Amino acid sequence: MCKSNGDGHPHHDHEHRHPNGHGEEERATRVRVDRAVLDKNDRLADYNRGWLGGRGVLALNLVSSPGAGKTTLLERTVRDLAAEFPVGVVEGDQETDADARRIRAAGCRAVQLNTGVGCHLDAAMVARGLEELDPAPGSVVFIENVGNLVCPALFDLGERAKVVVCSVPEGDDKPLKYPHMFRAGRVVLLNKTDLLPHVPFDPDRFLDGVRRVNPSLRVIPLSALRGDGLAEWYGWVREQAARRQPAGV
Amino acid sequence: MHELGVTQAVVELAVERANGRRVTRVVLEIGKLSGVLPDAVRFCFDLCAEGTAAEGAALEIVEPPGRGRCRSCGADVPLDGPLGLCPCGGTDLEWIAGGELRVTELELTDV
Repeated sequence: MCKSNGDGHPHHDHEHRHPNGHGEEERATRVRVDRAVLDKNDRLADYNRGWLGGRGVLALNLVSSPGAGKTTLLERTVRDLAAEFPVGVVEGDQETDADARRIRAAGCRAVQLNTGVGCHLDAAMVARGLEELDPAPGSVVFIENVGNLVCPALFDLGERAKVVVCSVPEGDDKPLKYPHMFRAGRVVLLNKTDLLPHVPFDPDRFLDGVRRVNPSLRVIPLSALRGDGLAEWYGWVREQAARRQPAGV
Repeated sequence: MHELGVTQAVVELAVERANGRRVTRVVLEIGKLSGVLPDAVRFCFDLCAEGTAAEGAALEIVEPPGRGRCRSCGADVPLDGPLGLCPCGGTDLEWIAGGELRVTELELTDV
């Protein structure tokens, strides 16, 4: 029996019967499976990627610990970029639609997903969220993941890239303490730089940690509150948006 | 605690593959670099399997060691965790083993 998991590698399941000694009616069969545990999520993520690509939509997955400033950053980003391309937001939180309301107030469409006990968004939830959001062709969609520096690293949602948001008051040791997340990210936004004079945070120590975990990770220091560094972040979003397929504007 | 979601995926995969039979044993590979905690999966497994065709199944976890290739000098380096160091001083390591998160074998019994 052969099945494709979508990554081009066929799966070969082999059944071998091994009588288990519990009698004729109970026969154990040992089956070689060799299937990735997150196969189903990854296939749904590929589906999302195809769905987004077909509309020429760029999707970015924002991940951070709670309170790093993802929503404030998005409010500001929506206000500043909405004139350039249609923007939509898929919000993930355990409970409440508070963030989706904040984003709508900033002037763009937003869908709230509540994960309940879940600590991360998965590709199936995002598929539902995207359908409800129904982004216009050529849009940029920001997916704000549940605040958590551990679990979302593991789940592909079909995004172009994971954007890690880390803030100065969290401390300069975060890359080394949460290496999986910093490894999974394409860019890290070091937020709340306006607090640098007030809290112990060594930028060089942070950058050394990033290089240790993921040498190709780009670091953009910014303050979503005051606006410092946002131009570089917007430049990065524009670079990604320019590579939308196939209906990119 | 993504292990709950991971374990649910393991049980779903096993039950789907069993196609009506009972699952009596699951062999799972959790690589040292996978970011998944075997003990947490063990903790969740009985809970996730309850009420499914995998209820009461034995869970065997194999933990393949991590291995990286240094992008500076090309050496193979054993990795205990995600932060590795090559004897040449290089820290830019390509992971070549240890990221596994796979169901490798099931034991199924006709009902």
